[in-house]
Amino acid sequence: MVTYFSEIYRGLLSLFEGMGVTFKEFIKPTVTVSYPYETLEMCERYRGHIELIENEEGEPNCVVCMMCQRACPSDCISIAGKKEEGSKKKVLTKYMLDFTKCSLCGTCVESCNFNALDFSKEYNLASTRKEDFYFDLLKRLEDRNK
Amino acid sequence: MNLTLLNVIVAVVIAIAFAALNAAYLVWAERRGAARIQRRPGPNINGPFGLLQPPLDGIKLMAKQLTTPGGADKVLFIAAPVLAMFPAIMSFVTIPFSDTIVAKNMNVGVLMIFAFASMGSMSLVFAGWSSRNKYSMMSSVRAVSQAVAYEIPMLITTITVVMIAGSTDLMEIVNQQSPSILHWNIFPLLGNSHNLLMPLSFLIFFTCTLAETNRAPFDLGEAESELVAGFHTEYGSMGFGLFFMGEYANIVIGSCMTTILFLGGWSCPFGLFPGVWWFIIKLYILIATFIWIRWTFPRTTIYGLLNLSWKILIPLSLFNLLFTAGLIKVF
Repeated sequence: MVTYFSEIYRGLLSLFEGMGVTFKEFIKPTVTVSYPYETLEMCERYRGHIELIENEEGEPNCVVCMMCQRACPSDCISIAGKKEEGSKKKVLTKYMLDFTKCSLCGTCVESCNFNALDFSKEYNLASTRKEDFYFDLLKRLEDRNK
Repeated sequence: MNLTLLNVIVAVVIAIAFAALNAAYLVWAERRGAARIQRRPGPNINGPFGLLQPPLDGIKLMAKQLTTPGGADKVLFIAAPVLAMFPAIMSFVTIPFSDTIVAKNMNVGVLMIFAFASMGSMSLVFAGWSSRNKYSMMSSVRAVSQAVAYEIPMLITTITVVMIAGSTDLMEIVNQQSPSILHWNIFPLLGNSHNLLMPLSFLIFFTCTLAETNRAPFDLGEAESELVAGFHTEYGSMGFGLFFMGEYANIVIGSCMTTILFLGGWSCPFGLFPGVWWFIIKLYILIATFIWIRWTFPRTTIYGLLNLSWKILIPLSLFNLLFTAGLIKVF
């Protein structure tokens, strides 16, 4: 008989305790981000697709050594460059990334000896068309500097 | 008030509008409340604070096609959602919101409301039976056992209150509680019963209204994780809409009854400005508690549900009935 009543009492008490917990949560501020209107800043080590790094003049650091293209296991990267008259260094003229095949392994970034490649923080990449995933990184760099 | 045709039509329109508006905006309140408890913003896109969400949902529901599944019992299938909404609207007729705002006061008001409330579970049975769907069928079986189990303690508790008031007239029950907060049936230190166990009766009654309206944690009829959506699995369009509105209208009725029977109706706790607003305040505090409870507790099992009723609520409410009878005799 005593256990019957003590069980009811403890059960009832636990119900009020639970309601206390939800009430505390009720008055706290919301923690979600309303996505299309605001987005989160990606963390430092987030690995998006690759991006060219620029020097002080806004030109890419890339010297067209082809290391990244050779290192890529999925054959995503195709680059081209040409030597200007009278200059020693090659200049990057084309940097295409085929993101449909990229598995974000990061071998290209590792293989780069000239600090020219890095992961971007881009993550809003959904699309219904395949062409949207062929990135022209040189053009992206220009857009960024605009 | 004379019962002219115009009066009747106005009363019916007001009752339906009140029930429908409450249903629509309680869905909004429910979703906002759930969101706050889960620390989300909830519906906030359509209109300020998402206040245009309910009418838009209504338009969407009305624009959909009403389908009946093959092999379903057509008459019962169509009757069920109507039967879910109609008793709730009927009950509004006799509920007094203040000493003047009542469509038709009856001296058997309590009886009438419980008679119509028991028809609510009938709609669940009809819907589950006629859908020709095993999940709906199981849901209606559960609804019957739940209705049987929870109507008993609810009625016993109501009898306790009726015994204290000595009347089944809802107006009279409120008038007996109106002198002060200590006359309220939830904690009647003054008045004619002096029963210190009445808070327990209040809890029993409130639990039973939760169960009677098929609300979480007693929403075994719906049980979307086990029975798809239970009795309204096969309903779309306004068939589903009526079930939804019926559920919320029943919540309003249940809260109205709790307010009238235990919280002194439209009487004010401090004796200031008695009137319909006090009734509304108490009503919506109770409804907020309904929402709060829904988002706090997980669904019980069918055994837990029946055990709670037969082993705890019925013995305790019976004891309180006898205790109150004794106290009334003594004082």
